[in-house]
Amino acid sequence: MELRVDSLRVDRCRSLARSIADPVHGFIAAHSTVSVERAVLRLLGIDGVVGEEIPLANAVLERLDEGQRALGAARWIGAGVAETGHTPPDVAREVVEGRLALETLEMTPPEMARAVLRPLVVEALDRVRARRTERETALMRLPQGEPPLLYVIVASGNIYEDRVAAVAAAEAGAQIIAVIRSTGQSLLDYVPYGATTEGFGGTYATQENFRIMRAALDEVSERLGRYVMLTNYASGLCMPEIAAMAAIERLDMLLNDSMYGILFRDINMKRTFVDQHFSRMLNAAAGIVINTGEDNYLTTADAVEQAPAVLASQFINEEFAHRAGMPDAQIGLGDAYEIDPALTDGFLYQVAQAQLARQIFPHAPLKYMPPTKHMTGNIFKGHLMDAMFNLTSVMTGQTIHLCGMMTEAIHTPFLGDRALSLENARYVMNSARHFGDEIVVKPDGIIDRRARWVLEECERHLERVAERGLMAAIEAKAFADVSRAPEGGRGVEGVFAKAPAYWNPFEEALHPAEMAR
Amino acid sequence: MRLVRPYGDTIDDGAVQLSFTLPMPWSEAADEAARQLVGKMGFSDAAVVEGRSIASNFSLFVVYAHTPASVDVSQITVDAPAPHAMSLDEVDAFIRREFRRKLVVAGACIGTDAHTVGIDAIMNMKGCHGDYGLERYHELEAYNLGSQVSAEELVRFAQERRVDVLLASQVVTQKGSDVRTFTALAELVEAEGLRERVVLICGGPRVTNLLAQELGFDAGFGRGTLPSEVATFFVHRLREKLLYARA
Repeated sequence: MELRVDSLRVDRCRSLARSIADPVHGFIAAHSTVSVERAVLRLLGIDGVVGEEIPLANAVLERLDEGQRALGAARWIGAGVAETGHTPPDVAREVVEGRLALETLEMTPPEMARAVLRPLVVEALDRVRARRTERETALMRLPQGEPPLLYVIVASGNIYEDRVAAVAAAEAGAQIIAVIRSTGQSLLDYVPYGATTEGFGGTYATQENFRIMRAALDEVSERLGRYVMLTNYASGLCMPEIAAMAAIERLDMLLNDSMYGILFRDINMKRTFVDQHFSRMLNAAAGIVINTGEDNYLTTADAVEQAPAVLASQFINEEFAHRAGMPDAQIGLGDAYEIDPALTDGFLYQVAQAQLARQIFPHAPLKYMPPTKHMTGNIFKGHLMDAMFNLTSVMTGQTIHLCGMMTEAIHTPFLGDRALSLENARYVMNSARHFGDEIVVKPDGIIDRRARWVLEECERHLERVAERGLMAAIEAKAFADVSRAPEGGRGVEGVFAKAPAYWNPFEEALHPAEMAR
Repeated sequence: MRLVRPYGDTIDDGAVQLSFTLPMPWSEAADEAARQLVGKMGFSDAAVVEGRSIASNFSLFVVYAHTPASVDVSQITVDAPAPHAMSLDEVDAFIRREFRRKLVVAGACIGTDAHTVGIDAIMNMKGCHGDYGLERYHELEAYNLGSQVSAEELVRFAQERRVDVLLASQVVTQKGSDVRTFTALAELVEAEGLRERVVLICGGPRVTNLLAQELGFDAGFGRGTLPSEVATFFVHRLREKLLYARA
């Protein structure tokens, strides 16, 4: 299936996305956040908790006053290592416990702090790259099967229960397992520690939980002869830290999208734009595929009307990801099957939109979300809606396929719900495997006209956003009918301007060209 | 007295369909386990029409069976909060006539819940199923505070804006979290002395009017509720409250 897509218009959309990203990127380059600094510390091996379960990385940041913080956390750890010869985690503890005074470390020449830390940064990035190589080798040895890749969620709140559900789902055909986070986690300005057994609507993302789940999936991957991927959420206030932890524990994908946090979690936009950039730099290095959250726009606003805004946001997300050094193959742009099932020809609109995204972003592993908004207690109808969604996904060549649950509107999935959902997807996708290759879209028919309208309106939408600037446009409800102010929302106090002598050794190592500018 | 029991294809046959998972590998014995289990639930003539492995340690079953149970529907009473909803125009006219000022409504998805689908359906301009949301009502000043709003924030907002109606929504119901959060809100509204003049409403897929009243709310609205139903309820309830306060 091939839509006629106006490539000049697509080019104009990309150029508008660049002009939208430019001013935001200027802000990003001049600022850092507490969570970016904590991610730097975590990459240097500073893990664990002190006192009443306060993560060591947070405790270090709390020791720094505003002036010290503006230089970047790495400078202080580097100075400590230079002065004591201890490891970064030991230095962190000594600073937190007051055994190593920051006033003393101020005397250490910055060049010396940097020189001492650089080899440790190289080692840290080598560990990240080693995990990446492990994944690439595993995928060669244990091929995961062809897309659409079937993705299901586990969300019991208890990591050990999640592990049982994840293994069962993998056995039932799941190719990607997502551990949904506890519903309040995005608003915590720290990452909880250790294995957790209680959460609401999901399970806390902790480094230990990542490790437990990765080990279980590695084992089942060997047994099934296909690599089962693991994903979590680098969103909310700890976006870069989760990205760092995921890189270390070899997660394969991460939901990673500022717009999602801004619109749906009321997270301050400045905070999360800065956080997102560093997260994506880490994801790029770790070979982690990001998933973006455009699909969520459709759950709050009308899916027929919002289609151009979804595409516009995909262009913007692509641009931000490129600027963080991500290749197309790691940019999983999001969309969803959310049109009202009562709408005549709604299926045709869905096909138009999904195929349009496929052609505009040919190398992106598109993420396709199932119906949620119009799912009801009528599980029988819900199962049918999921089948239509499955058909759309396979015929338009989507890559990351979130399996719909017929009990979507009722509870977090039962183990049996997941098995039925996977069976539905495998049946439809096998039965219609090459359907998309066999059909021709009627010129000027409903699908063709719809796709054209979406792209035209998308360009207009991008023009309006470019005119106002992204931050002002978000305030004016340009996305998802939600308004957020540039200074409003959570986490704004954690944003700070970089001092001229600011240093982030990972940013430097990953983006030497940009730092030189 | 009028007894009813499930209807398969003949009156009073009591036929039901069941589906469940057992934590055991599939075998003939697993099918038999499923059949016996359904018998222990009080059903008769259980037929396991499908039993199969869905993972190495789990099996899924579809079972048809018959129940001898019945209920007397003549003895059932339910308390529906809004039996006859007024239209948007009728609600606006009612407010102009009865209150002679705009009413202030604030809604939020409370606690740690981030699922705004319910509160959005009631409040957003667009509404749901062709029924306009509260933001569209001319005589309402409607504020949708979004998700993950604490009870304290919602109550503070209610005090600052002289809110007449508070709508609290929760979708996530895992392990009773919704009940705890709703209860905390009702207690805070009471403690802050707002209970006499504010109509307090909760909503969510698992909310029933009965539960809401037990928790100290004026009403609760469940799945499929339309904005006009909520509006009809609170304009009437607010008028009652004001009449009561004056008396």
